[in-house]
Amino acid sequence: MSDFNIHYVARLARLELTPEEEARLGGQLDNILGYIAMLREVDVTGVEPMSHAFPLTNVSRPDEPGESLLHDDAMRNAPSRSGGLFVVPKIVE
Amino acid sequence: MLHRLTITGLAGRLASGEVSATDALEACLAQVDRVDGEVKAFLSMDREDARRQAREADVELAAGRGGGTRPLLGVPIALKDVLCHRGQPVGCASRILEGYVSPYDATVVARLKAAGAVLFGRLNMDEFAMGSSTENSAYWTTLNPWDTARIPGGSSGGCAAAVAANEAFATIGSDTGGSIRQPAALCGCVGLKPTYGRVSRHGLVAFASSLDQIGPFTKTVGDAALVMEAISGHDPLDSTSLDEPVPRYREALGGASLKGVKLGVVKEFQLGGMDPEVDAAFRAAVRHLEGLGAAVREVSLPHSEHAAATYYIIAPAEASANLARFDGVRYGRRMEGVDAFELNSKTRGAGFGPEVKRRVILGTYVLSSGYYDAYYLRAQKVRALIRGDFERAFGEVDAIVTPTTPTPAFKVGEKASDPLQMYLSDIFTISCNLAGNCGMSVPCGFTRSPRLPVGMQLLGRPLGEAELFRIAHAYEQTTAWHREVAPLG
Repeated sequence: MSDFNIHYVARLARLELTPEEEARLGGQLDNILGYIAMLREVDVTGVEPMSHAFPLTNVSRPDEPGESLLHDDAMRNAPSRSGGLFVVPKIVE
Repeated sequence: MLHRLTITGLAGRLASGEVSATDALEACLAQVDRVDGEVKAFLSMDREDARRQAREADVELAAGRGGGTRPLLGVPIALKDVLCHRGQPVGCASRILEGYVSPYDATVVARLKAAGAVLFGRLNMDEFAMGSSTENSAYWTTLNPWDTARIPGGSSGGCAAAVAANEAFATIGSDTGGSIRQPAALCGCVGLKPTYGRVSRHGLVAFASSLDQIGPFTKTVGDAALVMEAISGHDPLDSTSLDEPVPRYREALGGASLKGVKLGVVKEFQLGGMDPEVDAAFRAAVRHLEGLGAAVREVSLPHSEHAAATYYIIAPAEASANLARFDGVRYGRRMEGVDAFELNSKTRGAGFGPEVKRRVILGTYVLSSGYYDAYYLRAQKVRALIRGDFERAFGEVDAIVTPTTPTPAFKVGEKASDPLQMYLSDIFTISCNLAGNCGMSVPCGFTRSPRLPVGMQLLGRPLGEAELFRIAHAYEQTTAWHREVAPLG
């Protein structure tokens, strides 16, 4: 895959790679992309894409109050929190 | 030898008071102490919590509250490190979730508790269920109880090894492309991937949401039916779970006759590169099924040669979306950065192992602008063709029978450096997930030297689990493979 730019794709995935990782993964992915390119040979004319084994649409449950996770329980695993909120670097100037 | 009993055997002794739930748990823990230093199936274990559950089960048993809706009362069962168990760690064998403690129970965990099971231990796996050997675990590689120079299969390798080593009466794993059936085959136990939607995925850490299913590892087909009755059924917390009644699977276990049953062998699966001993064991198993009265004919799954390529587009695509949640903000590890982008990227770079990185990159690429149609959309169309193949085949036969894997357990390190070869070890199991059918692996023989288990796969129609149980039980009753005990069992 000459147009596969691992540095660019890793950035899209928000995944920091070392130069060594880029070189190693890049080679392996070229190999895998070469393999999956076989799908180009399949005639898919008129075939509807399938995203799920059993297409269920508009699944909903009754809108009734019930038990849910307590705020503290939901926050407990956060690496950094303060005042009941997740702490992140400044996003808006 | 309490630890070697089946669930059915144990349940009888628990009900009669011959043994206690505490005895059963201690037998498992003693076996863990004896063999797990070598097998390394368990990542961690909270023995005090398990002992408390066993004591509570003993009180219930003494009050005669077993049986009926509590068929697993006092039965020790262990979980793959991918299922949430309130108050216990869950980490998907990944560094990025180090220290994470589940704030709630997965629906399967809640159902196992309701059925009376004593839940103990976190079982090793390939990181985020991505792999076929447990070599992608961030911690260590689990070893096969039949030969510790070899892998147990994956991704649920810890689940299979623990059952084969008799460290637990059953274990619960997940299967996205073969992660229950392949290790069950390589370790010589029974493993079932239910129909998509049969078992709720609520509380399962998601890998590929349209393919993932939870299922049991057991020592016998009857035990698998028992566990499936406990964990199956609709769940409002999983909108993809099917609102269909759960059959009493144990009633499907009939006699040894398969008269009137039509079985298919797949024309396209008779490929080169099969291990000759695996091939011979499989052919003998098919003859045995014929001897029980089944009619065997050839069926065609013409698009199966494209299943692996289809899978390695769809599964990484879904994984790249699911794993976006590991961003260093809400849970798990965090590496600091000057801005959110750097924090996210450094956290993920430090927290994910090589296979997870490979698949996140692959999935991001096939979904990215300009490539979506060529890869992801095309793969979804081929997926529809693969499903159509199965629908046609199930118009002709009741179940399809295949080898579970092309080879027996391979050596540690043998395929670790070649991801594509590792992917192709799932060649017979992958299409079942793409189509959404059910599939089961049962022991069907051994290689000669070294002596390694061989698995036979039965593929059924959507919601056809009862039919698979019937066929597999007839096979099991008339063969002795499942009674063989691993050197570390």
